[in-house]
Amino acid sequence: MTIDYQHHRFDYRRSPDQDAGAPVRHPVVVVGAGPVGLALAIDLAQRGVRVVLLDNDNTLSVGSRAICFAKRTLEIFDRLGCGQRMVDKGVSWNLGRVFFREDPVYHFNLLQDGTPRPSGPAAPQGGPRDPVQPDSHGGHERPAFINLQQYYVEGYLAERVAALPLIDLRWKNKVVGVEQHTDHALLSIETPEGTYRLHADYLLACDGSRSSVRQLIGQESKGRVFHDRFLIADVKMHLAHQPAERWFWFDPPFHPGQSVLLHRQPDDVWRIDFQLGWEADPDEEKKPENIIPRVKALLANSAMADAAFTLEWASVYTFACLRMAAFRHGRVLFAGDSAHGVSPFGARGANSGVQDADNLAWKLAAVLQGQAPDALLDSYATEREYAADENILNSTRATDFITPKSEISRLFRDAVLQLAKTQPFARSLVNSGRLSVPATLCGSVLNTADVDSFAGRMQPGAPAADAPLRCADGRSTWLLRELGDGFTLLLYGSEPHPLHAALAAGLAAGEGAAPVRLLHIAPAASTTAAARIDAEGLVAERYDLRPGNAVLLRPDQHVCARWRQPTTALVRAALLRALARA
Amino acid sequence: MPLITHPHLDAPDDFYEALIDAHRELSTADSQALNARLILLLANHIGSLDVLRQALQAARDSRPA
Repeated sequence: MTIDYQHHRFDYRRSPDQDAGAPVRHPVVVVGAGPVGLALAIDLAQRGVRVVLLDNDNTLSVGSRAICFAKRTLEIFDRLGCGQRMVDKGVSWNLGRVFFREDPVYHFNLLQDGTPRPSGPAAPQGGPRDPVQPDSHGGHERPAFINLQQYYVEGYLAERVAALPLIDLRWKNKVVGVEQHTDHALLSIETPEGTYRLHADYLLACDGSRSSVRQLIGQESKGRVFHDRFLIADVKMHLAHQPAERWFWFDPPFHPGQSVLLHRQPDDVWRIDFQLGWEADPDEEKKPENIIPRVKALLANSAMADAAFTLEWASVYTFACLRMAAFRHGRVLFAGDSAHGVSPFGARGANSGVQDADNLAWKLAAVLQGQAPDALLDSYATEREYAADENILNSTRATDFITPKSEISRLFRDAVLQLAKTQPFARSLVNSGRLSVPATLCGSVLNTADVDSFAGRMQPGAPAADAPLRCADGRSTWLLRELGDGFTLLLYGSEPHPLHAALAAGLAAGEGAAPVRLLHIAPAASTTAAARIDAEGLVAERYDLRPGNAVLLRPDQHVCARWRQPTTALVRAALLRALARA
Repeated sequence: MPLITHPHLDAPDDFYEALIDAHRELSTADSQALNARLILLLANHIGSLDVLRQALQAARDSRPA
């Protein structure tokens, strides 16, 4: 049976907490059942933490909204047990094309080692007509992006939540009061059957850009508001040829002076974003009779000229780049849009929010389970504030390129686009959104500084790069799939490392201070009976590893230490540091 | 590396003539666009962000009072 996630209504159910004499105490209350709150609740529950998840409504997202889910987010969803469903349903894409006025300017492939890099030659003239290029994911299990309507993402996450008995999801439960105490927060919650109170050891606010929790504790999210309006339209049309690519037009003849973005989604739905300018009247622009001519003009300019279409959903949005000064306020922690906002260019909103959840869940679980002091949660705030600044910087720069704010800014923007047609260097300046890649948390206090020299990007703080592996029985697998739920020590070498046994014994005996999974990976040429084989040499290449080296990975799959010559003592010290116990 | 501000052009008069020639018969708007493309081409040739920042600052500092 296909569920219409966009129009599904979830049932409000009375909780026994509403009939309790005194506020019932819960270790964790998450507010907001959007992508961030759902992911956070799942991650915590998978780690054995009981969660109450509150949502003021009883529906999922309407319209495609976040639409682009990045590789890192998919890897997190894999860990949460629902990545494959997302990938199976979503439209995978790695290729982006950029047009300026009538002409294709260039295209880029996102999976050349994870960073958007421009490449030529440009697409053939005249709009969407290339066949779909099947693309391997360049030695990564997951594609750079999938396009998937936000209601599917939320629907799949909500179904995963329903399979986890540790999560108590309460629809139509609206937080209307937050009282902060030293060791808990006291919540007042409004329901269709009246108001009740809850005592939360930790309150996690994932309640979106207009966060009521943020307002209730008297905090603000501040930054730069952009004076521009965009129309988003979800358009249903069946086309024989459907490019799984991102198409971006600067100043196209069918929408002069503005930008347009086109994406394919599942179910024959296409997402189109039209820049309108600040003067546009949002109520007028939302009317179908005004949207349809815009879509027709776009199609007339492409090979899809005569396609019949219907309008599914439309919205007009404005945006701002802003964040809270601090993501932690005592026992209240903020994640996702409640903590930070970005412009939509680069798909850094929902993706960075899910990464917030990824960062917070293991830390809160470690604190609640007595493996780490409360101070570990301070590192959530500092790490994700740093990531938010990076996202805001990237999205602000893209916004300034896409919507130039002065005559001279437009002059240079157009000069870049003009040069990009023929000059490869100029393509690196074209900014139609620096697409979401996770932050390398290089300044984190949880990192152990390198004592040895390494090349490459897998420095302490980096999100672990994926790589193909082969099991001893010949089965193929992926590095990220082989990492444990907790810390993982990756040992590289043909022979079991001389310290392998010592490390294994020491870590198993609790010397590591937290459970650590040992993952032994051998080079392809070796004949050893290693647990996993670096079949294509990409582990060695991406992590700059030689036999005998080791890498320590956090539960959220970020590198926190690496050594040419690991010892149990070094690993133990790094673990304690990563748990804020050093 | 410091921004080169001592005379460094192979043939200053030839360069200047070529620069003005490049703008011949262009409208002011087209000339401005050409200048923008030229700045971008030269910036890429220089490459070093440090040198470019010094050049931007020097240009800004030498504007009329």
